[in-house]
Amino acid sequence: MDEALPLEITELHKSFGDRRALDGVSLTFAAGEILGLLGPNGAGKTTLVRSVVGRVRPDSGTVRVFGRPPDDSRSKAAVGYVTQEIALYPLLSPAENLSAFGRFQGLAGPPLDEAVGQSLQWTGLAERAKERTERLSGGMKRRLNIAAGTIHGPRLLLLDEPTVGVDPQSRERIYQMIEELRRGGVSLLYTTHYMEEAERLCDRIAIIDHGKIIALGTKEELVRSTLGARQTLTIETEAPVPAPLKASLEARGGTVTDSTVHFSVTEPAREIPELLAAFRNDGVRIRDLALKTATLEAVFLQLTGRELRE
Amino acid sequence: MIFAVARTHFAKLKRDRAAFVLAFVVPVVFFSVFASIFRGSSSRATTRQISVVVVDEDRSANSARFVDALKREKGLRVFDTRSVPGGRTAPVADATAAEAMVRSGDAPLALIVPRGFGSSPIRFGPSNRGPTLTVLADTSDPIAPQVFYGLLQKVAMTSMPDVMAETGIEQMDRWGGGLTAEQKATLQKNVDRLRQETRRTGPAAGGTGSDSDGGLVAVNVRDVLGEQKKNPTVAVFAAGLGVMFLLFSAAGAGGALIEEVESGTLDRVLSTRVTMTQLLLGKLLYLATVAVAQLTVMFLWGELFFGLELHSHVPGFLVMAVVTALAASAFGLVLAALSRTRMQLVALSNLLILVMSALGGSMFPRYLLSESVQKIGLVTLNAWAIDGFMKVFWRDEPLVALLPHRLARRWEVV
Repeated sequence: MDEALPLEITELHKSFGDRRALDGVSLTFAAGEILGLLGPNGAGKTTLVRSVVGRVRPDSGTVRVFGRPPDDSRSKAAVGYVTQEIALYPLLSPAENLSAFGRFQGLAGPPLDEAVGQSLQWTGLAERAKERTERLSGGMKRRLNIAAGTIHGPRLLLLDEPTVGVDPQSRERIYQMIEELRRGGVSLLYTTHYMEEAERLCDRIAIIDHGKIIALGTKEELVRSTLGARQTLTIETEAPVPAPLKASLEARGGTVTDSTVHFSVTEPAREIPELLAAFRNDGVRIRDLALKTATLEAVFLQLTGRELRE
Repeated sequence: MIFAVARTHFAKLKRDRAAFVLAFVVPVVFFSVFASIFRGSSSRATTRQISVVVVDEDRSANSARFVDALKREKGLRVFDTRSVPGGRTAPVADATAAEAMVRSGDAPLALIVPRGFGSSPIRFGPSNRGPTLTVLADTSDPIAPQVFYGLLQKVAMTSMPDVMAETGIEQMDRWGGGLTAEQKATLQKNVDRLRQETRRTGPAAGGTGSDSDGGLVAVNVRDVLGEQKKNPTVAVFAAGLGVMFLLFSAAGAGGALIEEVESGTLDRVLSTRVTMTQLLLGKLLYLATVAVAQLTVMFLWGELFFGLELHSHVPGFLVMAVVTALAASAFGLVLAALSRTRMQLVALSNLLILVMSALGGSMFPRYLLSESVQKIGLVTLNAWAIDGFMKVFWRDEPLVALLPHRLARRWEVV
């Protein structure tokens, strides 16, 4: 069992009425890997995650967790699930919540006590272990939410948007917790809306849209395969671009809106001086110039035709 | 500004269908149910009949006439047999057998017509000595014995006018200075004519009679179940109200299930090693334990302040408390499963629990309702629980009597 992959998903289909939530999703990932799952709302991310924990029964296709079906008790013991919502008992204390989820995963006695103690230390909640959970700050609840999914020491952790609504400081603390889990050898499936999270944390990224994985790879692979070696050049002029120059720039592949010009360039060292000369010849003064490397955001836009947060 | 605030709330009410239903539909439905119940009760056609088991120890012509007239009385359902194992019936042999039927709840009343009744059934005034009819009553329905008492007087008058006239003549002869032979002959001739007339037409049938002191037939009403009870009706109220509040609290606690669905906690718990069966059984265990505690507190309070005899009925109470608590808790979970939001649960549970409580006897005794409505009430959890608690606290029956009827019968045969 230990030699089996943490997660193997093959040709997964799931429909809710007429809506196809998953349309032939196949995915595997290796031990210790963090796989980011990026997609707009309604793309099928949560359905996919719920299929892995056995909460959604697929219409067809298979899910294997360390080689076993998701509803096998050994699979459940090996998987941790951190929900998008703060899925805790608000009237119970952090210690009681951790204890409850530990028991639900089969822990008891001294191992449970030890796991609760470690989790409280790990989340920085030891001093507030006996307060009601509903009285904790949003960031604290988020950390406790993660700890409730990891109390039993899972080898595969599913994180469904774990940093939604969290302030930058708390988010940083959560990133540290995830790094620590990775160092501990835990494989992570990380669903997020935030590009910077995916870029920072994930070894590979899967982009999902309309229930299909439309791209899968490292960030560099995704950029190269989607946008090639192009970079984006943006030029801001002090006055609107005159019509003759506009026509000339558009003929060279640029897009001109009033006083903003966008170019996609592959050889900046050669192309930028040529463009600057064209502006100078027409007497147009440049206010600002920026050259940007292609981002995941641009990849996403290119692939789905939508902003991620639409 | 005031109108802006009010307008916002009207808009919210329009969108929140559950609140809308709660505000307008539930009261109308509930009113309709109650109106139907009481319209049924007040209608002549569906007025309940009082069941009476009769033992005629006299076996005379007059007692037979009297019993026959009782059988024809519309307000009564008179029977003189009982069902025995094997689906057969057997005559109710004597007063002891009749009393056992009253004690077990098979009949709310028993009438014992004593030896000698036929020779002197009518009395005029308290000084007149003669056999006394005995009514054995289960006063958990306190109205039935009083109605029956009135009907006995009425039937005596309409079924035996000749006997009444003869008795009157005897009294006049005794106390009025003596009648001549000629007067006696004339009176006897008229009495005979009256007797023939009565035989030909039968007694005047009618509805219910009224209670009165010092009737034409001497009647001794004996409360066979409540005579040794300190406070006979409090157990009925405790059981009825207890079940109703158990249902309300179970439905409220079932709402926690909906909150867990909404917060994602349920999804998370079910993603662990906890299965759906384990989850539901765990919730049932919790709800039922709380419900047993609620009933215990209520009955203890009843013992301390209202004379409820809990200490002498502990085993029966525990059995009834546990099964009632389990049933009410399961009911709460089913309601929660049927509802998608907490508001829906509130609307559904209010409607169902209030109707069940009204029909099942939690709000007022079922004997006040018409027979057809009483039968409908038998499907409610409230009625089962009240009947069970009655068997324990009112009838002092053994634990085996709490088994379902058929099972209990089989047990007795074994």
